[in-house]
Amino acid sequence: MTLRLAALSVAALLAVLILGTALAVALNGGAAGLTAGDWAAVRFSLTQAALSALFSTLLAIPVARTIARRHFPGRGWLITLTGAPFLLPVIVAVLGLLAIFGRAGLVNRLLEAVGLPGMTIYGLHGVVIAHVFLNLPLVVRMLLLGWTAIPAERFRLAQSLDMGAGAVFRHLEMPMLRAVLPGAALTVFVICLSSFAVTLMLGGGPRATSVELAIYQALRFDYDPPRAAALSALQFILCSGAVLLAGLIARPAGFGGGLDRGEAIPAPGGWRRLVDAAVIALAAVLLSLPIGAVVAGGLSGLHELPASLAPALLRSTAVALASSALSVSAALVLALAVARGQRGIELAATLPLAASALVMGTGLFLILRPWVSPEGLALPVTMMVNATLSLPFVFRLLLPEARTLLADWSRLMASLDMEGRAALRWVILPRLARPLGFGAGLAAALSMGDLGVIALFAGERQETLPLLVQRLAGAYRMEAAASAALVLVTATFTIFALLERGGRLVRA
Amino acid sequence: MRYLLAAGLMGAATMAAAETPVLTVLTYDSFTSEWGPGPIIEKAFEAECACDLRFVTGGDGAALLSRLKMEGAASEADVVLGLDTNLTAEATATGLFAPHGQDWGANLPIAFADPNFVPYDWGWFAFVYDKTKLASPPKGFEDLAASDVKIVIQDPRSSTPGLGLVLWVKQAYGDRAGEIWTGLADNIVTVTPGWSEAYGLFLNGEADMVLSYTTSPAYHIGAEKDDSKAAAPFVEGQYLQVEVAGKLAATDQPELADKFLAFIGTDAFQTAIPETNWMYPAVTPAAGLPASFSTLIQPEKTLLIPPAEVPEIAKAAVEEWRAALSQ
Repeated sequence: MTLRLAALSVAALLAVLILGTALAVALNGGAAGLTAGDWAAVRFSLTQAALSALFSTLLAIPVARTIARRHFPGRGWLITLTGAPFLLPVIVAVLGLLAIFGRAGLVNRLLEAVGLPGMTIYGLHGVVIAHVFLNLPLVVRMLLLGWTAIPAERFRLAQSLDMGAGAVFRHLEMPMLRAVLPGAALTVFVICLSSFAVTLMLGGGPRATSVELAIYQALRFDYDPPRAAALSALQFILCSGAVLLAGLIARPAGFGGGLDRGEAIPAPGGWRRLVDAAVIALAAVLLSLPIGAVVAGGLSGLHELPASLAPALLRSTAVALASSALSVSAALVLALAVARGQRGIELAATLPLAASALVMGTGLFLILRPWVSPEGLALPVTMMVNATLSLPFVFRLLLPEARTLLADWSRLMASLDMEGRAALRWVILPRLARPLGFGAGLAAALSMGDLGVIALFAGERQETLPLLVQRLAGAYRMEAAASAALVLVTATFTIFALLERGGRLVRA
Repeated sequence: MRYLLAAGLMGAATMAAAETPVLTVLTYDSFTSEWGPGPIIEKAFEAECACDLRFVTGGDGAALLSRLKMEGAASEADVVLGLDTNLTAEATATGLFAPHGQDWGANLPIAFADPNFVPYDWGWFAFVYDKTKLASPPKGFEDLAASDVKIVIQDPRSSTPGLGLVLWVKQAYGDRAGEIWTGLADNIVTVTPGWSEAYGLFLNGEADMVLSYTTSPAYHIGAEKDDSKAAAPFVEGQYLQVEVAGKLAATDQPELADKFLAFIGTDAFQTAIPETNWMYPAVTPAAGLPASFSTLIQPEKTLLIPPAEVPEIAKAAVEEWRAALSQ
């Protein structure tokens, strides 16, 4: 009962944060109208988001399956590395990709060396490649959680029944994929739907425009709040449609409980070994190349870093940890409530994906403005917005496991009269430690790399690290900016790895 | 005793009144950073005003105006510094600005007078290239369109230079602007959200030229001792950007704000500009310009759409740009 109430209040708070802020923006001016350019932006956004979601999920299946069933040196690090692309600030990720695939990038230099015509990354395909690079690892992680959640006893049973790889896939892996994939694809789709910088920088021109750019223009350039609110509403509608569709496809896997024996998933030998080795090698190379480029690009300017770096780093870290704690607590409440069958909560937990940080920040600014000075708002508002924006990811990670947990353990808990804190301490937290750790790391990392709101109203001494990177780049200091970005990425990755590995250790 | 207490209270009241007055200046990000002009100007102004000068930032020039519209008369700012001539008409239309009443003359390439705004620096937009990689840069937009030189530009819907470029082509070619953009489509590698992303791509070798300022090479000469960058003079002329400051009508520090606007015209302010903001100072300092500015190109012709006409022209010109490049 208390869980129902808690979930309801969290969902209501989210609704206020997202719809309330959009309303505050809408009420701040004249009339709104959507132009031909906006509809072109909607069409392009839908196309690239659908393609990005499709490729990210399809390509993630073999990678996740291989990592799940093979043991090789550096496996733990590869799993941690899959968190990395998603943690890069978008501009940094784009520059890393361009160092590999750009006009002056590694691939084109190699092609030139062997006398082949060059490739261009700018266009729809480039946007999709970048989104796959950024999101495929996230899907891999979601699927890995799915694979480890299949009780080892089921694989042993399959072996004793002499099932081949195909039959194992049909009876064990397929139902798991059906439970996890729709949510994963939905997440990628909605992220890409509201992508702004990747779309613009790799799209090659105004053909590739996102709704988010139009929102940015309406709020920052033309100051036409009603238009921004109308565009936001459009994004919510598209997002809600995707949530409903994913809900229709997803089915709980229904494996039943196991004894938690951490046994390895049996892996087929023969030619499949070679294929799996190739998949791992390819994934590792594709992941590490752009990241390597970011590191290489950031080393040369390290001596030029300004004194304001350390305070900015501390500020970013504090905001990240606070927003991570908020995000994870709220997501846990929502995931448990949805797993218990409470309706309407899932939409509330997914909606923030479609929310524009700018609209939310501006809305909060307008709502709170009469009482507080904007400078006093900068960091708390940033924390709130970051927590809200990262909640859907954490929620997606927790949901499949929360469903399994309640299906397998609620009878035992009921028979022991275990409720509230005891249930949390002995059953829920230990069994959800893995996704909780990963989710906390992800939320902290997303907050670390986010520039979104702070740029709206940071005062003299409220610089976060992403803002410092932007200010350096805005003052011609590109090398120093690259180095500050490297510091940001390193700090982000450290925080992420600590939280994520912490979660895995608890469950070891 | 009672008298003593009253005297004490009186003393406290006069103390409060004598507290240092605060002048709040709303400006863009890069102005206040530790390598921008902000810290130097703050020190110099505080030395003569017996006040506390505080900078509040809000993104770039266009974002400043958006923020002002959002806050209206409730804004804490007394002075806004960082709007440009593409924004002054809209800024004036808000009714939030008061006449500046300054009479110091600025030396700009064209006559500039606005009752509400004083210029503090200016620059010409130009395509910047690397002399070691591009031997003969294009001499104008038509030349560029006919060549296979690759450029990277900024989006006029989210960036000031991007809008400047669209107005540049519009003023130079009028009804033919759409045609010029169609011709440039295959030269444009990509369009970025802001100036820094475009400049970064250019430095990483993604494009042969980038839309920036004629003063950009001065940064590389002055700060990096690198003279390989140059700006390409265009036969159409270069488009001008004038950055301005204005006093808000709702300020609670009108005298201090006036003092600051007057201070902008003095050497103490103007000497800080060239090698921190990398633009031309509005008033050339007595000591002249720094050496890094000596090799910059001097355009034959300066283009600028009269600020009052910009709102009308810009909307249509940006739509024309979008339509031409979306084919």
